[in-house]
Amino acid sequence: MTFSSALDQKEMRQTYADTVHELAKKDDRVIALEADLSSAMSTSRLESELPGQYVNVGIMEANMMGLAAGLSVVGRKPFIHSFGQFVTRRAFDQLFVSLGYAQLNAVIVGSDAGVTAEHNGGTHMTFEDIGLMREVPNAHVYEASDAHQFKYLLKKAYKDGGVHYIRTIRKKAVNLYDENESFEKAKVLRNGKDVTIVSSGIMVAESLKAADLLSQQGIDATVIDMFSIKPLDIETLIEAAKATGAVVTAENHNVNGGLGSAVAEALAEHYPVPLYRVGVRERFGQVGQTDYLKKVYGLDAHTIVREVERVIERK
Amino acid sequence: MLATQTDLQFFANQIRYYTLKELKAIGFGHYGGSLSIVEVLAVLYGKHIHVEPDDAKNPDRDYFVLSKGHGGPALYATLFLKKFFSEETLYTLNQNGTTLPSHPDRNLTPGVEMTTGSLGQGISAATGIAFGNKLDGRTNYTYAIVGDGELNEGQCWEAFQFAAHHQLENLIVFIDDNKKQLDGLTIDIMNPFDFVEKMKAFGFAAELVDGANLEEIDAAVERAKKRTGKPTAIVLDTIKGQGVPYLEKKADNHHIRPTEVDMSAINSTLEELEKVLEGGQNQ
Repeated sequence: MTFSSALDQKEMRQTYADTVHELAKKDDRVIALEADLSSAMSTSRLESELPGQYVNVGIMEANMMGLAAGLSVVGRKPFIHSFGQFVTRRAFDQLFVSLGYAQLNAVIVGSDAGVTAEHNGGTHMTFEDIGLMREVPNAHVYEASDAHQFKYLLKKAYKDGGVHYIRTIRKKAVNLYDENESFEKAKVLRNGKDVTIVSSGIMVAESLKAADLLSQQGIDATVIDMFSIKPLDIETLIEAAKATGAVVTAENHNVNGGLGSAVAEALAEHYPVPLYRVGVRERFGQVGQTDYLKKVYGLDAHTIVREVERVIERK
Repeated sequence: MLATQTDLQFFANQIRYYTLKELKAIGFGHYGGSLSIVEVLAVLYGKHIHVEPDDAKNPDRDYFVLSKGHGGPALYATLFLKKFFSEETLYTLNQNGTTLPSHPDRNLTPGVEMTTGSLGQGISAATGIAFGNKLDGRTNYTYAIVGDGELNEGQCWEAFQFAAHHQLENLIVFIDDNKKQLDGLTIDIMNPFDFVEKMKAFGFAAELVDGANLEEIDAAVERAKKRTGKPTAIVLDTIKGQGVPYLEKKADNHHIRPTEVDMSAINSTLEELEKVLEGGQNQ
């Protein structure tokens, strides 16, 4: 697959609002919950479009988790949105006990993934949401890399039931997939023989850029969009590790607890190969534009290239 | 449904008796906060909550959430008496592999609507249940009991704001004001001030009743059910360890592992209750 940076898809927030709208029209049990961030997520219009299927609970994320649990008890299908740090870090015990432990249903969407929180800065920047959510037994944890994928994952989470966490950016993502693509397994976007780059979210595009740069050096990289961090598609991962003998992960998240951890754990248990992880290490967030912050935290194609060069030396 | 106050009194005695027997079987537990909610449970399950074991998933049933989850033993005694499970099961409280854990679990215990125990969370769920039922046009009620100590948790006040804003008249909240939390008196640890005034300020209809008086509790529930446009808070003036004179006087009575002296006093209450219950059954 050739990387295309064409921004011809809808914004991710628009995709969220449209998909919830579509599901709610078909199923009157669907209900969208917002905690005073409707206008940030393009869901304000749902209040008039979906009477009885949308509620702005105010700035109370802990209570929002409990409300969703209660709504699930009476048969509703809650979709919960706020910025990632509020729906995970802030309300974690509520999410863990009232939804997870109680075995209820909720699709939880955390927006402004990692550095894309931009000018909201360190208080609003989450590099640990995936790590937290991986610890919730039976929860599914996804990071969307593209609008078509995001829509698919929202529908899949709705259909599958249980607790799902979908991490996303709010603005436009790069265009990676066709409208009718299915996302039941990790997506192998490029097949190579020298190294495997595993990434999710905004780092998939960086991984494809890195693969282009590496090919100029004669290094042939496999690139996998591991949009489902839990459950992890171990089969696809091992197959690629066997074929290439070295792995680099790339994530807009802390390397501890996130995709890098998940991949390292799976490889260590099933097929150990040299591995390096690109991501945030022992740092909090800060203000800045996404491109600037990607450089600050080393979340870019050049860092991936450097780590690939290092990992190949260990083969 | 139990029609008379005599019936409700008998039911309350049964709940207290089986709560004590259940706790005695494991040898330790949350005595104080279980005993202070016996009367309200008797009124609710004896008269107001329409739910039957053989129709427990009826969407029009009334819902009950014990937000102060450590009162679980009293709820289990009540659910046993409502025939949700056997007496044999009742005595497995907190035993390995039991279906009756210290704090209620909706996936383990028949009749338990919501998993609670992490304080502050049950009232949010109860509010969600009431909200969902109201949205769907149902006329059933959701009842919840929160502890006075539990109200230290900010989440409770988030839930109250939501309930009042959405005018959930189908939500009736009891505050078990037994004046104590785990480490001591609420007034020393975190002054609750005036619960009735606080709840009114949060948009509830609120009143204080004697939490040991079945008639008063019942009358307050009847008033709540006639109310429209706002949720109701019924503040129960209770005693931690209520109905067991020895435990009422015991300072540290949240979680007790009874000594021989404690057990002898608890056994005296059990014997008295047994006589009263036998007398009641013979009538």
